[in-house]
Amino acid sequence: MSDNTQYDGLPATHMDIGSWRGAYVLFKKELFRFWRVAFQTVASPILTALLYLLIFSHALEGHVQVYKGVEYQAFLIPGLIMMSLLQNAFANSSSSLVQSKIMGSIVFVLLTPISYLQFFVAFLAAAIIRGLLVGFSIYIVAIWFVDLPIQYPLWILAFAVLGGALLGTFGIIAGIWADKFDQMAAFQNFVIMPLTFLSGVFYSIHSLPPVWQTISKFNPFFYMIDGFRYGFFGQGDISPWISISVVMAFLLALAWICLKMLKSGYKLRG
Amino acid sequence: MVNNASPAIQINAVHKHFGALHALKGVDLTIQQGEFFGLLGPNGAGKSTLINVLAGLLKPSSGSVSIMGHDVVNDYQAARMYLGLVPQELVFDPFFNVREMLRFQAGYFGYGRENDAWVDEVIENLGLTDKAYTNMRKLSGGMKRRALIAQALVHRPPVIVLDEPTAGVDVELRQMLWQFIRRLNKDGHTIILTTHYLEEAERLCERVAMMKQGKIVALDTTANLLSKLPGKNLRLTLGQASLPASLLPMLKHGENGIFTLALTDLSQIEFAMSELRQADIALQDMQLIEVDLEDVFMSLVGGK
Repeated sequence: MSDNTQYDGLPATHMDIGSWRGAYVLFKKELFRFWRVAFQTVASPILTALLYLLIFSHALEGHVQVYKGVEYQAFLIPGLIMMSLLQNAFANSSSSLVQSKIMGSIVFVLLTPISYLQFFVAFLAAAIIRGLLVGFSIYIVAIWFVDLPIQYPLWILAFAVLGGALLGTFGIIAGIWADKFDQMAAFQNFVIMPLTFLSGVFYSIHSLPPVWQTISKFNPFFYMIDGFRYGFFGQGDISPWISISVVMAFLLALAWICLKMLKSGYKLRG
Repeated sequence: MVNNASPAIQINAVHKHFGALHALKGVDLTIQQGEFFGLLGPNGAGKSTLINVLAGLLKPSSGSVSIMGHDVVNDYQAARMYLGLVPQELVFDPFFNVREMLRFQAGYFGYGRENDAWVDEVIENLGLTDKAYTNMRKLSGGMKRRALIAQALVHRPPVIVLDEPTAGVDVELRQMLWQFIRRLNKDGHTIILTTHYLEEAERLCERVAMMKQGKIVALDTTANLLSKLPGKNLRLTLGQASLPASLLPMLKHGENGIFTLALTDLSQIEFAMSELRQADIALQDMQLIEVDLEDVFMSLVGGK
């Protein structure tokens, strides 16, 4: 063993750069983690979204009133892309955290100089990437079957990234809070799933009775999906500026809560 | 960055509360650089709590802890660079193989490819070369333990804490492990060890702290602690016969026909012999044994 034990101090640059380099490695590790099980984390949600597309477009074509000049099949695709993107961004950060907490391997990260902010950024970036990867893959497969216009690519990108960030942040909060897989499944099935299904993935909220239209406007998922869809068709249920403002506000609020939890060491450091 | 005059570990008046439980009751401890230090105590004494405070996994309720002069709360990033902790539980990440895990771990500390040679050296020294590309999930318990130790060393920490590293480990691995850890200590690493195997602590540690109910009840060199307990032990092998009642007050422990008596004076040997003769008990074997760390431990924390 080489003698490396003259610890006169680490170079100052190492300490400054090192911890961000550490955060980058954590981000990379999180990417590898989901890629190792890509059938479960990428292929499976793509297949699910395509099954939704097949079944709902067949069953509801001509029954659901959507935008003028937009076929129902085309209308459905951005909703399905965004739904899958959001669910997978949430699943990435939440399942990684809860699993490493239960397995105990979270300790390997907690022992390092990675700060709470760097921890947040690394987990969040990996969640966004998984969401984008799943969403983009669904798009690539879907355009083989359906003619899908793109009116405003920047709106699409903005809602995809911010939506992924919002759900990735939500996933970190849920992953820190949950002590067992059962609690995480409850979070996913009783919060995420209903909010996505009732957000206008499969319909325009204008087709709903007024009371349900009002209720839908309290659902942040509605704004993410409507704004994302606006980027494709140039029309939506509300202005994309309102949607992006709501999404930003929710993202900032959740990020603030998440950073508070991480800084205090809630359920991670006693 | 590091003041070379700083102790490896400085713990000042540390308290830790978990609700109503007062787990650490004002612990003060200084461990100098290069020491091989033992932290002993029964289950629930507060050893793991103290180690977790040291590693930043728990926050102290009050008091301060520093590693190589860096406070573990206010200057935690620097403090953690200097500490390698081998946790007690066999934890692992099931997604990766040994080499990948070690590279990731080094990466968390800011090390990149330039550190790969050191990672390979650690792998080799811990006998993990054949398992370097094996998934962590598929390793045996002993191999997982080696991988855990390797993970604590990849960033070349000057202070290494081993929390019960030999629990459930076979004799061969235990010997290899101690050989390696001794070498690290000789190279200048500070080693802090908690173990239930007191003979290991006695053999390896220059200095020992004994904890009981959240306090340090003894802190001295191993030699001084051993000399504090006067007398010797007399081990008698009697086979099927039971110990005469007159010798029971001296009995420390006995099982399978082997009885250990605590002697305060060597003249008690003659007394023991005469009692055995009177009871017509044939002595199969007899040994005079020095007091060991277990005796000291039992007298200080065992409630005797």
